Amino acid sequence: MASIEAGDTAWMLISTALVMLMTPGLAFFYGGLVRRKNVLSVMMQCLILIGVISLQWILLGYSLAFGPDKGGIIGDFSWALLRGVGVEPNPDYAATIPHQLFMAFQMMFAIITPALIVGAFAERMKFSAFLVFSVLWSTLVYDPMAHWVWGVGGLLREWGALDFAGGTVVHINAGMAALAAALVVGKRRGYPDISPPHNLPFAILGAALLWLGWFGFNAGSALTAGELAVSAFLNTHLAAGTAGLAWAGLEWIKSKRPTALGTISGVVAGLVAVTPASGFVSPWGAVGIGALAGLACYAAVVFLKVKVGYDDSLDAFGVHGVGGMLGALLTGLWATTTVNPGGADGLFSAGGWRLLGLQAAALAICAVYSFVLSFGLLKLVDKVMGLRVSVDSENIGLDLTQHSESAYTLVG
Amino acid sequence: MKYIIAIIQPDRLDDVIAALEEEEIFLLTVSDVMGRGRQKGVAEVYRSHVERGGLLHKIKVELAVSNNKLWQAVDAITRGARTGNIGDGKIFVLDVQECLRIRTGETGVSAIA
Repeated sequence: MASIEAGDTAWMLISTALVMLMTPGLAFFYGGLVRRKNVLSVMMQCLILIGVISLQWILLGYSLAFGPDKGGIIGDFSWALLRGVGVEPNPDYAATIPHQLFMAFQMMFAIITPALIVGAFAERMKFSAFLVFSVLWSTLVYDPMAHWVWGVGGLLREWGALDFAGGTVVHINAGMAALAAALVVGKRRGYPDISPPHNLPFAILGAALLWLGWFGFNAGSALTAGELAVSAFLNTHLAAGTAGLAWAGLEWIKSKRPTALGTISGVVAGLVAVTPASGFVSPWGAVGIGALAGLACYAAVVFLKVKVGYDDSLDAFGVHGVGGMLGALLTGLWATTTVNPGGADGLFSAGGWRLLGLQAAALAICAVYSFVLSFGLLKLVDKVMGLRVSVDSENIGLDLTQHSESAYTLVG
Repeated sequence: MKYIIAIIQPDRLDDVIAALEEEEIFLLTVSDVMGRGRQKGVAEVYRSHVERGGLLHKIKVELAVSNNKLWQAVDAITRGARTGNIGDGKIFVLDVQECLRIRTGETGVSAIA
């Protein structure tokens, strides 16, 4: 019988709390990037998900994602309402910590993923429609994909595609949903002549909280407090720092000045890209992933978005979608069994093209599933209740029209 | 020469600037202000309690124009700011005694635009 280890349990409690902190961190990151009349609305959209998805997760989400397998596609309902999910460890997932702790750790991932999508439809979506969409999306898109990748018996887990901490389930998934949202909800009024971010120090604070939380996200995904956690911890940090530096360097070359916003965008891109690789690559692999993530996401945000012309307001697709896909592919290059015997060897470790092919196939399946279902769900919610606020409400701002509050006063 | 002060709703600023541009009036100064009109402000909600009598956020647009541009400017501001609702704001017109461009020392109408 599996027994609980105090060290592992302590680390996973901390990791769970760190991943929870990422969602308020994201609220500051996004909140700083919007106009002052919408700062509370995006923060509210992030924060309310902590409540909404926590309940969805214990009611049925956890069971759908991690419960006993149905054909490799989805979990069944036997763990709904947390039936049978007690303190006794579940050796299939984490043999040395209470099962409820594993469930809570995964809950925080389920919370932040729909919150990431907020960046695509910020400043124009109705709060009510956002809530309905988020619950449907978590249940029909996130939970099945979490099962394919992480659930025992899940399709992609059985294939051997590698995703250490959720590059596919969290970032590609949220990124593709973000692209669908930007297309379905449409551009903000006045785009692309939108005033610049109203509070960059908030965005920097948010990025710092995300960076801190990501140690729990990636190193916590080792599920034990051992060598693997240390490896993921170091890789996470190196990729973030390298990618921030890369983005700032590109700006310096292309537009003569490195910016704070560019640096934090790079940091987040690096964190995203290293997520699937963090437990499988060496520190030098992480540096390579960080550098390429800075480059690719910079190109996506600065050139691709402008050229194609969608209004992904806060670059949820450009950073999480593009960074996530890049990370999945680069895992196929840099993964090595010298770091993690449970992983696989990629192209650079004499493993050949096999892993890269698997990564590409898993990426494609998840990206297409997420985009198609997200697009359909958004269209459905739009038909039933309307996704967008009225033109007047958009002009006045979502803080006042959706929440009857304003973030800042001038007097008093 | 006239000095125009317009107090408008914050969300109308973009439209007012666009309307002024149509009249080829580009020079203006904008500030965030607080104020209230005959309704003494509108109720705001603070932690679920309705608070009355707050000052409301408004935008003050200021510009100086030559006499022959006055009504074009006033019409443009009205066009951009008007929704027909309470709180659309007010326009004040003042006489300007002198205007001087600091860089060149020009004065009068030639300094205004």
